[in-house]
Amino acid sequence: VVFQKVLSLLEEEFPDVCRIVTAVYPSAEDDVITSPYNTVLAMQELTEHADCVLPVENQSLLDILNKIDAMSYGTKLGPGVKRNNCVTSGGSRLSGAQKPFDAMNNIVANLLLNITSSTRFEGSLNMDLNEIAMNLVPFPRLHYLVPSLTPLYSLADVSIPTKRLDQMFSDAFSKDHQLIRANLKHSLFLASALMVRGDVHMSDLRRNIERLRSSLPFVSWNQEGWKTGLCSVPPVGHSHSMLALSNNTCVKATFMELRDSFTKLYKKKAHLHHYLHVDGMEQSIFSEALSSLTGLIEDYHHLDVSKSRLQRDTPRLRIATGSSS
Amino acid sequence: MSVVTIQLGQCGNQVGQELFDIICNDAEQSQRKTYSTSCSARFFRPTSKGDLVARAVLVDMEPKVINQSMNKAVKSGRWRYGEDSHFSQKQGSGNNWANGYCVLGPRHKDAVEELVRQEVERCDALAGFIPVMSVAGGTGSGVGTYVTQCLRDIYPTSFILNHLTWPYGTGEVIVQNYNSVLTLAHLYQLSDAMLVHENDTVHKICSQLLNIKQISFSDINMVIAHQLGGVLQPALTPDSYGVYSRNPLGELVSALACHPEYKLLSVSTVPQMPSSSIAFSTFSWPALLKHLRQMLISNTRMEVGIDWQVRPPPISERTRSLTQGGFNTSLANLLILRGKDVYSAETGGFEDPAIYTPWLRSEEAFSLWKSPVSFDKYEKFATLVSNSQALLRPLDDMVRKAWNMFASRAYIHQYIKYNISEEDFLDSFTSLEQVISSYGQLQC
Repeated sequence: VVFQKVLSLLEEEFPDVCRIVTAVYPSAEDDVITSPYNTVLAMQELTEHADCVLPVENQSLLDILNKIDAMSYGTKLGPGVKRNNCVTSGGSRLSGAQKPFDAMNNIVANLLLNITSSTRFEGSLNMDLNEIAMNLVPFPRLHYLVPSLTPLYSLADVSIPTKRLDQMFSDAFSKDHQLIRANLKHSLFLASALMVRGDVHMSDLRRNIERLRSSLPFVSWNQEGWKTGLCSVPPVGHSHSMLALSNNTCVKATFMELRDSFTKLYKKKAHLHHYLHVDGMEQSIFSEALSSLTGLIEDYHHLDVSKSRLQRDTPRLRIATGSSS
Repeated sequence: MSVVTIQLGQCGNQVGQELFDIICNDAEQSQRKTYSTSCSARFFRPTSKGDLVARAVLVDMEPKVINQSMNKAVKSGRWRYGEDSHFSQKQGSGNNWANGYCVLGPRHKDAVEELVRQEVERCDALAGFIPVMSVAGGTGSGVGTYVTQCLRDIYPTSFILNHLTWPYGTGEVIVQNYNSVLTLAHLYQLSDAMLVHENDTVHKICSQLLNIKQISFSDINMVIAHQLGGVLQPALTPDSYGVYSRNPLGELVSALACHPEYKLLSVSTVPQMPSSSIAFSTFSWPALLKHLRQMLISNTRMEVGIDWQVRPPPISERTRSLTQGGFNTSLANLLILRGKDVYSAETGGFEDPAIYTPWLRSEEAFSLWKSPVSFDKYEKFATLVSNSQALLRPLDDMVRKAWNMFASRAYIHQYIKYNISEEDFLDSFTSLEQVISSYGQLQC
């Protein structure tokens, strides 16, 4: 709730400054019982007052950590993969029921580092924060961007041949590298941004976009909807890396799950009194938040439905031509 | 007479720096004193210490690129930018044309105008302005258009030749087609002519002619700067009476942009090859000019993959189709020959009325400039600046994509936020459809 206040204050005081929010969404088996209430209430603020939201799910972060652990402790990649890699260097491997929050937060920190890399370092094609909001948000409320990061581990210090580089691009659109559980490839892309860092040439970027385009369904009015950035400086320990931010209708599924969890509690008015005791909280706030979420789901659904429709070019303006010669 | 260059946004500042580098290099390598003196005076000003300072103003809404360009210049050891000739902010334009044109341009108008004024006052005589910018982003396109408007207001009789870089067709910036449409529609009213490079075309030159395997923006920018050098370096013109032209921009504009509906110029140069191959090649004017002419009429902007089947259609069979059998009709052409034996080069092929629109006589449509000084390492070098249908298809694609996006009103709220309305968009679309229609009927 404090965060929500801060967000509206920021909007009031600095209306021209871009507000990009990384929001952690609870997993299904979250510890906090009332997390669906908190999340839906927060979502209304995010939908109304944030320019962009990068949703992150704890479960996805955990899955990523497990994958890294499997790779570094398993025999799959052998000595090529360093044990101490930068993504998880913040935390130690914990056993037992305790979640490795440090390591999970580290992944989100890396996300933020990548988004701001163009602001901090030079490159041949800079991509600033306000450009992200501009290019990835075609309609004001549809500003939930699926983040995915690659690589997730550092390789031994060898010069990486082109094949590996292309793999980085493919990985960015694979479920294993996304920070929320959703299926990008089976839903509709509204727009996508690729922030590439390190020793990558623009021709590599173009070649890979050409290669991936056919397998990624884009909305009809944005068939070439790619925003690209090239930053010369890679993250520590890597020769190159990439962040993909996708505005994709797959978030609809996440929001529908959230709505269902919310409704389960709300129908029975479970735990509601805790909230209504607080000064300024009324039941209408809950119903407004729910209808905001429903509206958002409908907006994404509307676009989804257009996916199967064959779109032809919109008829162009006709100009009256005077007779010539 | 001196040219003041205004570098706008990331692209403008990167291209501009390469351009000055090439020009300075060319001036120094030349053994002819009159040529290098003319070149230095045109683009540089001497300082009390004797070093060369570019006659340029650098503008961007974030500082990193300007810093990079200024440092690179200093590192060259041969020229630099003026220490105070730059203006930058911290936040960037966010790829938003409306932000650039309606907010940032006006906000910083005084500061930029002051820098330009200082540069102009340092010229003995002003030949005109070259704003260098991209059309896809927010600063080059939006602020660049606004600055061009200011230049037009303050210096109404000066020539303004905008150099524009058009983005790759498949994505650099998602809203690039909106930004491009708004820029081109506005510049059409403000600019005397627009010299255009398309990233797609330059990319092909890099891969197919220069054999560059991993192409970076710095490769692209160098090719653009090289071709621009071929256009802008001193040359003897019909009006210059045996000395290097003192009015290059004016002469270029009057040679090529005689009608307000037709202001889009493209550039082709021959030969074009990796520098390592130049020493092993021999060049003859007949071969170079034959290739260049066919490149023009078949609209191949490079010396590979030329379609030799394309021929000018007989005048009786000219129709109104968008591109008739792949044949590119010209309104006007300017051919600039540099190097050995320029005076004996036979250019009759470019005077053929069949390649021009019928309502302009070929004597008026074709202009020839020469310089006996070789350019770069090329013993013979030809530059063709064309006002033709060459940019018609890319322009049409740009407008088509922007229009499809506009039909769904996607991203429009981002522009409305900064005071560009749907009406403004419609006006720009209308202007460009008019331009497309005019160029489309050039062969009639």
